[in-house]
Amino acid sequence: MNNFLPASPVAVPLIVAALLAAVNRHIPRRIADALAIAASSWCLLACLFLMIRSSHGLIVYWMGGWYPFNGAAIGISFAIDPLGAGAAAFASFLVVVSFIFSAHYFDSIGTLFHVLMLAFLAAMCGFSLTGDLFNLFVFFELMSAAAFALCGYKTEESGPIQGALNFAITNTIGAFLVLSGVGLLYGRTGALNMAQIGKSLGQTHDGLVVAAFVMITCGFLVKAAVVPFHFWLADAHAVAPTPVCILFSGIMVELGLYAVARVYWTVFHGALAEFEAQTRLIFVSVGVLTALVGAFMCFAQRHIKRLLAYSTISHTGLMLIAFALLTHGALAGLALYVLGHGLLKAALFLSAGMLLHHLGSIDELKLRGKGRDAIRVPVLMLLLALGLSGAPPYGTFLGEGMIDDAAKTLHYSWISYVFMLAGIITAAAVLRVAGRVCFGWGDDLDRSQQEEGETDEGRETSGGPDIPATMFIPTLVLLLLGIAMCFIPGIRTRTQMAAMAFTDQAAYQQKVLEHASPPNYETPPQESLVPGMVRGGISTLLAFLIAGLVLLPHPFRRGIAGFSGGVSFILRPLRLLHSGHIGDYVAWLTAGVAVIGGLFAYVIH
Amino acid sequence: MNHLAGELFRMLPFIVAAWLFVVGLYGIVTSRHLVHLIMCLVVVQSSTYLLLLGVGYKFGAAAPIFVDIPVGTPAVDPVTHALMLTDIVVEATVMALLLALAIQAEERAGSVDPEQLRIMRG
Amino acid sequence: MNHQMRTALFLAGGLGFFCFYLWGLHGLPGFGHYPGPYGDIINALTVYQRHATDAVTAVNFDYRGFDTLGEEFILFTSVMGANLLLRKQKDDREEDPPLDRADGRIVPPTSDAIRVAGLALVVPIVVFGLYTVAHGQLTPGGGFQGGVILASMPLIIYLCGDYNAFDRVTSHLLSEIAEAVGAGGYAVTGVIAIFFGLPFLTNFIPLGQTGDVLSSGTIFVISVLTGIEVAAGLVVLMISFFAQALVYRKPGNENRRLP
Repeated sequence: MNNFLPASPVAVPLIVAALLAAVNRHIPRRIADALAIAASSWCLLACLFLMIRSSHGLIVYWMGGWYPFNGAAIGISFAIDPLGAGAAAFASFLVVVSFIFSAHYFDSIGTLFHVLMLAFLAAMCGFSLTGDLFNLFVFFELMSAAAFALCGYKTEESGPIQGALNFAITNTIGAFLVLSGVGLLYGRTGALNMAQIGKSLGQTHDGLVVAAFVMITCGFLVKAAVVPFHFWLADAHAVAPTPVCILFSGIMVELGLYAVARVYWTVFHGALAEFEAQTRLIFVSVGVLTALVGAFMCFAQRHIKRLLAYSTISHTGLMLIAFALLTHGALAGLALYVLGHGLLKAALFLSAGMLLHHLGSIDELKLRGKGRDAIRVPVLMLLLALGLSGAPPYGTFLGEGMIDDAAKTLHYSWISYVFMLAGIITAAAVLRVAGRVCFGWGDDLDRSQQEEGETDEGRETSGGPDIPATMFIPTLVLLLLGIAMCFIPGIRTRTQMAAMAFTDQAAYQQKVLEHASPPNYETPPQESLVPGMVRGGISTLLAFLIAGLVLLPHPFRRGIAGFSGGVSFILRPLRLLHSGHIGDYVAWLTAGVAVIGGLFAYVIH
Repeated sequence: MNHLAGELFRMLPFIVAAWLFVVGLYGIVTSRHLVHLIMCLVVVQSSTYLLLLGVGYKFGAAAPIFVDIPVGTPAVDPVTHALMLTDIVVEATVMALLLALAIQAEERAGSVDPEQLRIMRG
Repeated sequence: MNHQMRTALFLAGGLGFFCFYLWGLHGLPGFGHYPGPYGDIINALTVYQRHATDAVTAVNFDYRGFDTLGEEFILFTSVMGANLLLRKQKDDREEDPPLDRADGRIVPPTSDAIRVAGLALVVPIVVFGLYTVAHGQLTPGGGFQGGVILASMPLIIYLCGDYNAFDRVTSHLLSEIAEAVGAGGYAVTGVIAIFFGLPFLTNFIPLGQTGDVLSSGTIFVISVLTGIEVAAGLVVLMISFFAQALVYRKPGNENRRLP
């Protein structure tokens, strides 16, 4: 069992996927569902177990029995720590939820959906657990290949194809950026194991190290949908089927950021340690830009899934800010924020899926007032919106609190206002949707119509008079877990201990290459939760205020309408930039890499 | 002058690799046909292969096949070769996936010109 | 953004990126001066540890076999994905018999010389493909290369004959099953090692004599499985693409132009 458990999150889903592909149309759908849920549940349990076991020390597992030779790694290792195993466990959990939710979907394609999802799951688990840089790239490619196919599934409509193309081309370029960076590092160090590369690089910070750092980081930030690499995400989410969207927003995008953190802390930390302040400044700025662009674009959408996609971009900007603080306290907050946000965002996409199933549309304006007979869905959306603004007792509130505490010690306390602003605007957008769909509030006409692209989506399921339990119960469970995670005893302490191990480069190298025993970390003191509660409360109230101003009839109606007309006019250039043309996206991507590279070359050279 | 020529020769495959990357991206940005765009993506991919192969080469060394040469003769790096050859076959299939998307785009939208495929805007 | 703005933005960004990349490449040891140590260690150890004389295949299927497992499944997933994307739509009908069409051209009938040449090439291609797969651990070759060679056999039949000949030689069902068996078999070989108390993907078969075809333990087995998977996967791709182009027709879309 000791030999099987660390490799099983990758081996089991792949074997079951191959099995399901071999028996494609010859087994009933329910058996395929059962096998797939069994395989992903095994991954969930295995990763949870690995998470608990690795809190006592990094678990290092060499594939093929190839242990290091004279201090050089000749095989591929898994280096399992609580944060990585936790990410893999969360991915497995969302895949289980997705399989349950998709009971009414995909009737016509046999088991192809299950095969692609299980390959996707294996890739996400391998990605989170690996300790080898090229292996990271391989699982990145596997994740992407499965995602492209799942995204373009609805071939009867034009939108999904174009969305999938934009997604595929930008992410493939990101993968090639990562591979080029890995090639540069291999040329210098002759190693592909992350611990060994980190050790070989030592503290040199010349052009090659900076170029490799920027290219690998930007490649992964394309996956993480950070401005200006973010254009593909809204296109992909708007068209992918709902069970797939929850994975994209819930964990796939966040894994891009996980890879940036992992590569920074294991490979580049030694070389770039003296430039921490500059690195922090650059990435915090990128994060702030992403958070604001995402938030404003979110509020301007009427396609509900596209609205949620932009809110994911906004929150990813916040997560990048959290990583950019480069301390273990902020990293712990980031881990909790990812978990909390992932649960909420998955539940929001499931709610959108339920609306599409029951009412046949996902256009906020077309659905005006129609949600009254399925009132539990808008109510769920309302409750979930509270989490987006960081209200207690949601998981996002917990994560934000830890991030703000870390920021205060670094004189970056102003980022809490950015968090609040992004949270308010995205939550207000969801509240607006809930209010309009449920109660029919708000204008009939929408003035910001000029440059609209696709605003609606065809049915994904055959529809029905009621919302089935396989759809509603998973959504409710996700909401409850998002709240319950705050009450797990000692969750903040345990996450901080895990983050301390994650950011300890020397201990990682020694454990992987020399089997040293882990050092003891002292338990960090826990800050009070009260400032966070105040902040969360204020954000939520402001979100309600904004949504109410837009929707409800009140004496200042004209003024507000004029104001929002003015804001739309100012935002029009921003909306025009999101043109749907793949050439634009790639031009922005190149410019983004050049700018970030130029900034780092300037500060480090 | 000699120094410059020496520097150029030392870095020639890598300069070509960087050039291919940028030229491929240029092709993608200015493309008017999806199949052409995907082929430009293949050009970007070739840039990474050239980089990997260039990094692993040794002057005066043999291929890492020890059938007819004794173990211990200097040989080039087999790891980059291994990384590259699986990558070629695999990326060919990923490009096939993209071409399938391009075919369906023509089916549904009636065009393979990225200028016409802008439904995902706003 | 219009064409000029886009190009201008890219030229600025591309130039900056090019200079940045060159600055990074400047730090490399220079072409022809590989510093090691990874490649040198493998070159020294391969023959002794695995009785395999082809170091590249040994790296692919043993030292870094886990990577290759992932790559194989990327191939598997892409083929499944292309299958999914090119599937028959609800309103498609199948054209019978499928004709090789080209709009605005008269397709000349295939000459007998080409047919004979194609038929004559079939056996050498298959033999060469099997040879390449089986000798991967000895000389340059292995599952990936041999699989691609094997997959070119149905393609030659299509090119030298017509779609009906191709259809008769290939079977969608068998190819899909073969592909799944090849991919799954690789992972299962890794799991079998666990039953021997070894880590995932460790060799558990006796290594044999260096230079024999049946040597190098699991490298040979995995190479053969990979060859099956790559060949079958590429055949499935061909079948899907041909079906999309030649067989499926939308109602009212008889003389469709192909892209």
